[in-house]
Amino acid sequence: MNDYLITVKNLIKTYGSAEVLLYALAGVDLNIRQGEFVAIMGPSGSGKSTLMNILGCLDRATEGTYILDDEDVSELSKVELADVRNRKIGFVFQSFNLLPRLPAYKNVMLPMMYYRAEDRPEAEEREMRAIKALESVGLGDRLEHHPNQLSGGQQQRVAIARALVNRPPLLLADEPTGNLDSRSSEEIMALIHNLHAQGVTIMMVTHEPDIAAHAERVICLRDGNIVSDGRDGASECERQRGAL
Amino acid sequence: MTFMETLAIAWEGLTLNKVRSFLTTLGVIIGVASVIIMLAVSAGAEATIAEQINSLGADLIIVGPMRGIPGASRTFVYEDALAIAESVRNIVGVSAEQFSTQNIKGGDSALDAISILGVTPDFPQVRDYELASGRFFSVEENDRKTKVAVLGYGIAQDLFGTQDPFGQQITIGSTRFTVVGVMEPKGVVADVDYDGRVYIPITVVFQKFTTTAVGSDRVRTVYVKAESREVMDSVIAQITAVLAERHDVDPSQPDFSVQTQQDIISTQEATTEAFRNLLAWVAGVSLVVGGIGIMNIMLVSVTERTREIGLRQALGARPWDVQLQFLLEAIILSLVGGLVGVLTGIGGAYIFNALGTMRTELVPASVPLAFGAAATVGIFFGYYPATQAAQLDPIDALRRE
Repeated sequence: MNDYLITVKNLIKTYGSAEVLLYALAGVDLNIRQGEFVAIMGPSGSGKSTLMNILGCLDRATEGTYILDDEDVSELSKVELADVRNRKIGFVFQSFNLLPRLPAYKNVMLPMMYYRAEDRPEAEEREMRAIKALESVGLGDRLEHHPNQLSGGQQQRVAIARALVNRPPLLLADEPTGNLDSRSSEEIMALIHNLHAQGVTIMMVTHEPDIAAHAERVICLRDGNIVSDGRDGASECERQRGAL
Repeated sequence: MTFMETLAIAWEGLTLNKVRSFLTTLGVIIGVASVIIMLAVSAGAEATIAEQINSLGADLIIVGPMRGIPGASRTFVYEDALAIAESVRNIVGVSAEQFSTQNIKGGDSALDAISILGVTPDFPQVRDYELASGRFFSVEENDRKTKVAVLGYGIAQDLFGTQDPFGQQITIGSTRFTVVGVMEPKGVVADVDYDGRVYIPITVVFQKFTTTAVGSDRVRTVYVKAESREVMDSVIAQITAVLAERHDVDPSQPDFSVQTQQDIISTQEATTEAFRNLLAWVAGVSLVVGGIGIMNIMLVSVTERTREIGLRQALGARPWDVQLQFLLEAIILSLVGGLVGVLTGIGGAYIFNALGTMRTELVPASVPLAFGAAATVGIFFGYYPATQAAQLDPIDALRRE
């Protein structure tokens, strides 16, 4: 048992054939502690999406090891990866990805449908949990609303409730405010801060420096490498971009 | 995820686009309905044949002019029937038949276009057809061309109602006849309405009603009843010999035909079977076409819902969860199609029967058969799209618009 939630060693992801080999990740080493709030920045094509996909167990690295919550997930099968995503990772997407035909509370219940039979709560309990999750993001009065009856900010809050309902140790947010106006963005960031305060480890991809400024630590990627990592990562990232 | 929950999700997916789901099932509906109707129609045809066996008896031999030989009907005459009755051994009776269509009058009623069947006195015995009242005409009456008539049960009702027709006068065409008997009710058997006919001596038909001037004693059919099944072959051989000699033809190439009921049944059964096979192909092809329709719409559905699939994968759906969801959609489509098809088929078979278009008899086994075929189609044609869905890469799926 160590105090790192995420330990990544020499992570390499390549695309293409032997002749035209593209390195999306060129040997990334990274440690993330329990309860950290990390932002990942970098220009498009820098490998930040690839890194997030691998950390989210949606994709597998070509080489290297990835230990998540003391479990080496680099060698897991598709089925095992699905279980890891279900139990350990909550996803928040830029475009919310709610199912339009389901009311808010049913959207929030989705992750619990894919629990393994042995530790799956009863239907009533699942509904209760979904309602609680929605209440915790301030949507206790919008349970039966369908996504198209909610504002963008409200939809993203439903998505956050959905990401948290399984109580995962890790929350992955991919441009969570990318589709929102500045007021809604502030609301969402306040919510994420709140989660951080409760001890959830948060990794967030963003290209907006003022959003990245919410994080304790900013990692900047370029050409598949980490070029800066620290508290002032955002300005460092900007400085590097300016230098180009 | 439990099976019931996956089922609920699949059902939800289908109700998303009801019209499309319905149109997709239409192919299966038609396929299943035609399986059921096809089996009902051929069972109806078989029942008709079975009735013919029962109505005529297996010891009956049917002699008539050979079809397809020019002039054969001219040479097949009443004398042939008399010769058979005289020289063939091991027979119970011989009934020659020729018919005419005439208007009749009797009591206070008149009936148009009634079948007048000229027969010989052995007719009731040969055809196992008893009298309800009175008597049949005698050998003497036949020989003397006496104008006597035996009424079919329905004709007696139509002309005389509750009155006793015995001894009453009727007019057939322009000739007056005395009613001597009424046949028992027999109904319609193998398309022949026995109750709606009048039976008179065949000699009178020759004298009064045969329209052709030349060879006016032509006979349409001669029925010969053998003593038992065992002597059938011998009786057939004797009849063939007698007629070949009378007609002066080679017995291997006769201008007449000698058939048993079994021969006729076999021919009809072959026809029925060919018909049934054809229908089976049509039904099978429409089921396959229905299945392709399901596969097509499932592929569209997988494409349309790629993002949903990607999201479910991200939230922890295993490949099998996704595969089962889409497989169940296909199976629900085909089973609902199967159910509606079964109801349509049963209804269709019933309507055909009621309208008299075709005789149908519902085959109970056809219902599970058709239903099973529909389910198989659903699984078979749903498997590929469902597998496509399960194998989607979650990253690509989430990125898709």
